[in-house]
Amino acid sequence: MNLRKSALEENVWTLLVKSNIIFQKDFHLEFRTRYAINAIILFAVISLTAVSFSIGPMQLDPPIQSAMLWIIIFFSAMSGLAHIFVREEEQQTSDTLRLVAPPTAIFLGKWVFNVVLLFSLEIIVIPLYIALLNVDVQGMGAFLTIIILGSVGLASIGTIMAAIVAQASTRGALFAVLSFPLSIPVLRSAIQGTWTAIQGGGLADCLADIQLLFSFTVVILTSSIMLFEFIWRK
Amino acid sequence: MKRDWWKWLLGIWMTVMILGAFLYTPVAKGLGQTTRVLYFHVPSAWVATLSFFISALYSIRYLQKQNIVYDIWAASSAQIGFMFTVLATVTGSIWAKEIWQSYWNWDPRETSIFVLLLIYAAYFALRSAIEEKNQKARLAAVYSILAFVTVPFLVFVIPRIYDSLHPDPLINPERKIKMDPRMLQVFLGSLFGFTVLFYWILRIKTEIEFLKLKLSKRM
Repeated sequence: MNLRKSALEENVWTLLVKSNIIFQKDFHLEFRTRYAINAIILFAVISLTAVSFSIGPMQLDPPIQSAMLWIIIFFSAMSGLAHIFVREEEQQTSDTLRLVAPPTAIFLGKWVFNVVLLFSLEIIVIPLYIALLNVDVQGMGAFLTIIILGSVGLASIGTIMAAIVAQASTRGALFAVLSFPLSIPVLRSAIQGTWTAIQGGGLADCLADIQLLFSFTVVILTSSIMLFEFIWRK
Repeated sequence: MKRDWWKWLLGIWMTVMILGAFLYTPVAKGLGQTTRVLYFHVPSAWVATLSFFISALYSIRYLQKQNIVYDIWAASSAQIGFMFTVLATVTGSIWAKEIWQSYWNWDPRETSIFVLLLIYAAYFALRSAIEEKNQKARLAAVYSILAFVTVPFLVFVIPRIYDSLHPDPLINPERKIKMDPRMLQVFLGSLFGFTVLFYWILRIKTEIEFLKLKLSKRM
């Protein structure tokens, strides 16, 4: 019952150290099985090739190109981000985790893991996307900023929703169903920003989208940290 | 029976509003007879939004107090809200077919009501996927609050992307009510009637749930 109080009283530094430990634990576990990273990257590559294959030699317009990119990233995220909490339930390690670490540290650690997971997906998928769909990105700085902010936003929503669905019985379908309505602001402004960036817009041209992505991520992250404790404790 | 006087009054009130909507009010220029959907469609949309707000409010209360009664209020409000959301969507869609020649064209208003439908659907999907009562209440409350946090962003982001063709009788750039006084009377009356109707249905719904809870405790 006093979890919130103790988490608040705790020194921020110890919290960060503990989050780091949780992140390290998940990172090593992931390296051992490579389940999430394989699932998410293969999914992204397959959907990317499917798009490229089906359009053939046609050249897509920038609006469709940017929409395609975010649809691929969104559904890849949906295929892999839930794993972080579902694994704890499946391997029945969640109760031990409840004992050894405060909820905020667990959430932050797992959030960092999901952000890293999405970034590693993008390191592979973005070059492939540019090559396969023949995208001519003119504003590279704005393009990368939008991608980074958008992924952090998606990872934040994905992490808190993963914590919810891990406790439910039908996990796979429910994760995408729960995440989609909340992801709409991220997806809309990321698609809009990517479109502007592909056409040569600089950071100033995408400012409204960057502001929205940033503020939305901060709001979701803050409310997630506040609410996570209610999901996590039993 | 004495306690129920307001229910009788509401019945008469709504009848007067329905008659007024068809017989008393003039039609708006350019919209013709389809103007009359205003007195049923807008109040439905208003109740849909109101119930979503009430549901989020009771979700916060639930997390504060951990009392299952608040969860019953939140869930019941969401269920009734879902019904009114569907009503608003269907009436709006039929109206759009008449005026815009298509049932659905992703107008900002259509987009936002669609997102509301998605949120409600996700909320019910989540509720049905969890067996244990307290856990169900907790997770549903968290989801409801997170969805509620998202709404201001939707309100900000969607109109920025699309131009709306939706008529704005009340809220427009000049902040003036551009409505015939007779239309306004029936419109506001209907709005009030729908809100009381919502309250009545919510009372019935929650009372059923309380009785179910009592029964399950006795068994």
